[in-house]
Amino acid sequence: MSDENLDRGAGSGAAAGHRLSRRHLLFGGAAAGIGAASAVGIDLATRPARAARRGAQITAPVAGAADGSETVAFYGPHQAGVETRPQAAVTLVALDLLPETDAGALRRMMRVLTHDAARLTQGQAALADSEPELAVTPARLTVTFGFGPGLVARAGGAAPAWLRPLPAFAIDQLDDAWNGGDLLLQIAADDPVTVAHATRMLLKDSRSFTTVRWRQTGFRRSAGVEKPGTTMRNLFGQVDGTVNLVAGTEDFDSLVWGGADNPAWLHGGTGFVLRRIRMNLDKWDGLDRAGREASVGRTLATGAPLTGSHETDEPDFTATTAIGFPVIAEFSHLRRARSENRGERILRRGYNYDDTPDASGVSNSGLLFVAFQADVDAQFVPIQRRLDELDLLNQWTTPIGSAVFAIAPGCGPDGYIGQTLF
Amino acid sequence: MTRTHTSPRLIVLAAATLLALAGCAASPAVPANTADTAAAADALTIQDSWVKAAETGMSAAFGLLENSSDTDITIVSAVSAAATMIELHETVENDAGALVMQQKEGGFVVPANGSYELAPGANHLMMMGLSAALPAGTESTFTLTLSDGSEFEFAATAKDYAGANESYEGGMDMNDGR
Repeated sequence: MSDENLDRGAGSGAAAGHRLSRRHLLFGGAAAGIGAASAVGIDLATRPARAARRGAQITAPVAGAADGSETVAFYGPHQAGVETRPQAAVTLVALDLLPETDAGALRRMMRVLTHDAARLTQGQAALADSEPELAVTPARLTVTFGFGPGLVARAGGAAPAWLRPLPAFAIDQLDDAWNGGDLLLQIAADDPVTVAHATRMLLKDSRSFTTVRWRQTGFRRSAGVEKPGTTMRNLFGQVDGTVNLVAGTEDFDSLVWGGADNPAWLHGGTGFVLRRIRMNLDKWDGLDRAGREASVGRTLATGAPLTGSHETDEPDFTATTAIGFPVIAEFSHLRRARSENRGERILRRGYNYDDTPDASGVSNSGLLFVAFQADVDAQFVPIQRRLDELDLLNQWTTPIGSAVFAIAPGCGPDGYIGQTLF
Repeated sequence: MTRTHTSPRLIVLAAATLLALAGCAASPAVPANTADTAAAADALTIQDSWVKAAETGMSAAFGLLENSSDTDITIVSAVSAAATMIELHETVENDAGALVMQQKEGGFVVPANGSYELAPGANHLMMMGLSAALPAGTESTFTLTLSDGSEFEFAATAKDYAGANESYEGGMDMNDGR
């Protein structure tokens, strides 16, 4: 979960990281046996000086602060919401087609939904929008449509071989409430009100064709509160997603937008995997800092490999400790997630979730692991297989939902998403 | 009746529409002062047109009509293959204080260089006796006849919409068909 990510945080972020690591050492010390009270006391004592040092950073506006009027182009060869720098808030909805929704109805539905998305993403109310005032702050809204195997079959189209439920993994404890679906809506923006309104509008216009199968909401840091491009942290506190495909590179084009074996209607599109991964925060709390870092193979402070000092440093898997053990353990997530095969890479675009727990606990948290790749079987599945076989992080994480969709190519102003399929 | 500020982009669109409409009849060198003789339909545009989706019975069409000429344009009637009859309706308060729909006396007047909004709960094209179900995403074509005899055609897509349920003075309810 926590290897791979793009680091931009090297500048001021690295400095902040050093300061943070000092405080974290105190907490780590507490865990190691130093009295908690004295550790906190030291922390309090050092806080004013630290606050003074950080003052300039806190008051200065962050470059790229949230701009509600900012838009992401809707029309184009690819759908938005894949290359788009991840927004702060996402709602993922899976819809099931009603039995009577035939190919003709699918066309009508996708025309309407495309039109809604094209307008809402540009800050314009949808047609028949009952709350048009909520539409005027697009905040980088994107709407991305994905087709499940059921929809492709209903349309009479050819499905790529990978468009099916993922193979069963031993670590899975899937709850059907979070699995599958015919039509995916990925609705993301830097503002949750914008996401709520777009979701409401799109679901109103889906209602006569579909029913809602599941709906999952996720979040990252709010726009503007940290340097854009900073690798997200998951709710374990780990820097999550350091090694990632970068939009505009040859790797990205071939591994996300490639897929020559995909059916012609999908060219310009890609594959989508959602894994809802429950993170057992209570169990994680029992693990000390060294154990947490060993499980992933990266430091918590900066996300650097345990053999390096910066987040983007390449891990040295040959490095050993004084007594001869690998510094980055065989069982670590970093080592297990990595493949020698450069084709086994994916674009990660995940979000945290933090939902209402049941009566037995205080947390119901985890990760909406979202991955884009041209060929799910060739890119995602081998990675998941390796993690299934061995990954210490599995002690604290459990996949509880799983879904695969084909992200249709984009369209022009006269077209609609899915026109190449129907 | 609403006047709107027309954005530069809309002006371009309106101009493009005018050119397209004029293209088949006129040579590129159009005399400067044809405004008086030009058909009113040439100066009329509609944006954001839509129809309330319905299974049977009645429905309504909405949108923003815009007049780019210096002369008021009066819409006197409308027809569509989607409905047996279309009336030009306004929504007014009756003696009992309820909002009801009734035919607009004198038709819809789109002011010179202005706009006229057709919207739920306000003025609209009332479709009576739907020819067929109008599920969401269906496109219908409408033809408006203007007071100078010219005709303006536009298309509108059906959208699911829970509002636009004003009762009709004739005792029917627009929601009956759903």
